Amino acid sequence: MRPDLQIIAELIKPGARVLDLGCGTGELLKRLAERKGVNGYGIENDPKQISACVRVGVNVLEHDLDDGLGRFPDSSFDMVVMTEALQAVAEPSRLLDEMLRIGEQCVVTFPNFGHWRCRLQLAAFGRMPVAKHLPHAWHDTPNIHLCTFNDFERLVAKKRLPIIERYVVDDRYRVRPRMALPNLFGSRAFYRLGRGVS
Amino acid sequence: MPKTASNGGLRRSDAGGSAGGSVGIVAPQRAAFDAPLLLQCQQELPNFELVYETYGELNAERSNAVLICHALSGDHHAAGYHTPEDAKPGWWDACIGPGKPIDTARFFVVAPNNLGGCGGSTGPRCVNPATGEPWGAAFPTVTVKDWVRTQAMLADRLGIDRFAAAVGGSLGGMQALQWAIDQPERVANAVVIAAAPKLSAQNIAFNEIARQAIQSDPDFHDGRYAQANAIPRKGLVLARMIGHVTYLSDERMGVKFGRELKSGDIEAAQDVTFQVESYLRYQGASFSERFDANTYLLMTRALDYFDPALAFDGDLVKALASAKARFLVLSFTSDWRFSPARSDEIVDALIAAGKDVVSATVEAPNGHDSFLLPNDRYFDLLGGYLNAVAAKL
Repeated sequence: MRPDLQIIAELIKPGARVLDLGCGTGELLKRLAERKGVNGYGIENDPKQISACVRVGVNVLEHDLDDGLGRFPDSSFDMVVMTEALQAVAEPSRLLDEMLRIGEQCVVTFPNFGHWRCRLQLAAFGRMPVAKHLPHAWHDTPNIHLCTFNDFERLVAKKRLPIIERYVVDDRYRVRPRMALPNLFGSRAFYRLGRGVS
Repeated sequence: MPKTASNGGLRRSDAGGSAGGSVGIVAPQRAAFDAPLLLQCQQELPNFELVYETYGELNAERSNAVLICHALSGDHHAAGYHTPEDAKPGWWDACIGPGKPIDTARFFVVAPNNLGGCGGSTGPRCVNPATGEPWGAAFPTVTVKDWVRTQAMLADRLGIDRFAAAVGGSLGGMQALQWAIDQPERVANAVVIAAAPKLSAQNIAFNEIARQAIQSDPDFHDGRYAQANAIPRKGLVLARMIGHVTYLSDERMGVKFGRELKSGDIEAAQDVTFQVESYLRYQGASFSERFDANTYLLMTRALDYFDPALAFDGDLVKALASAKARFLVLSFTSDWRFSPARSDEIVDALIAAGKDVVSATVEAPNGHDSFLLPNDRYFDLLGGYLNAVAAKL
């Protein structure tokens, strides 16, 4: 299992109501069901991934994140998870608001556009970065809203959302808690956010 | 021990060309229930019979039974052929058979004709023992709840404590949903396809037009047409034509018929018959030969009355609280009779009730009828889901 998903799985309490946005093949939900007795729900819009979820018995709903989360009532989940999808949706900021409307907390992970390899390719060669954690060429990438850790944290600060914890991981999804200059050396980060105090 | 009706010997591919074999030659069976049955409408049937077919073998643990719930015009003949000469197989042959999504090599499939039907189960065509005449329009109102109850009685008779799944499309999907609510201990999975949690005003309106077509036929005789040796054919034809239009999509009709002519000359404005007219007349005529008008009225009423939330202050989430099944909810993009949004209502209520559910909307051009037709993604989802069910048996 991907180490980042393992960390997320650890975070979730038994019996929690979980929604996984862009759940892929249902790896996280399957683990939660097996280890924590959590019967969460996944949202996915790729027929192949949905088929994979169905085959392993994971609850999956065919739904496009760009259609928003309006179908879910306020506070209907304890935890809303979104791994590696923030950068691919049409309105990441609004989706973040929606996640914390329907969920008490959320976990968001995304690839870091501020990684030194990205910076180097753009600065030294004048080319759009392609890296292990960002493997697509500019013309066929699903990633339309790439950002750096700093960008994301600015948005979160503007929304006054508390960051409960943050993990930075490397190319192989290994957690690097004491990484220096994470916005330069981290490939991905995951943030656990709470609701803002208004 | 129930015997399988399948001999498995005949292999005929279905018209849709989907993978998998045929259940072969099948024979309907009959179960008689002699005790009086109090229906939801508070009327009592002194006794009743259900006709059903089975495909595949019940395993030793009796855990692999799948109930097939039929829709408005369906019956117990869901798969296979009654004779080698039959032109057409059962109504869901594309889905049911060895290697098909509802795999008879793994499941014991039970397909009854619903109470009030005209496929051989007790219904308006049968004789009312109190009068010695056919029931006709006097046959009591039956509801989806009544069907679930009588299907459960059939399960008792077959030694099935718990169905691995109850499966149905359209009105059949509503039965699967009602099964999960009314018989939570007796159904492990509910497969609800192209259905809705209740009919919309537009749905009811179409049903009422169909009923009026039948009831205003001079041969209807207030539902006592059997006594008058008549059949309200024109009404049935019209009812089926209306229904059929709502089962197809505009797109599909455009591709299938367009404005093609069967005969005549539009330029000369002479005796024009469009292909679509000819098709609808044929569909209506063949339906009127096989279907009973009073059953059509009764089935459309059952559709109209279906509303499992009604007894729970209109709250579907509360209605579903008792359910213990996992759910598969499928809809089709071009279905405007029970659109994907109607399936989403079911899905959202299931999530709010904390129930296990898988839902998908299949890209399909054939409107409401898509649930009957082969489609790679549809069959992948249904087969994949039921495979996971079979693996846990």
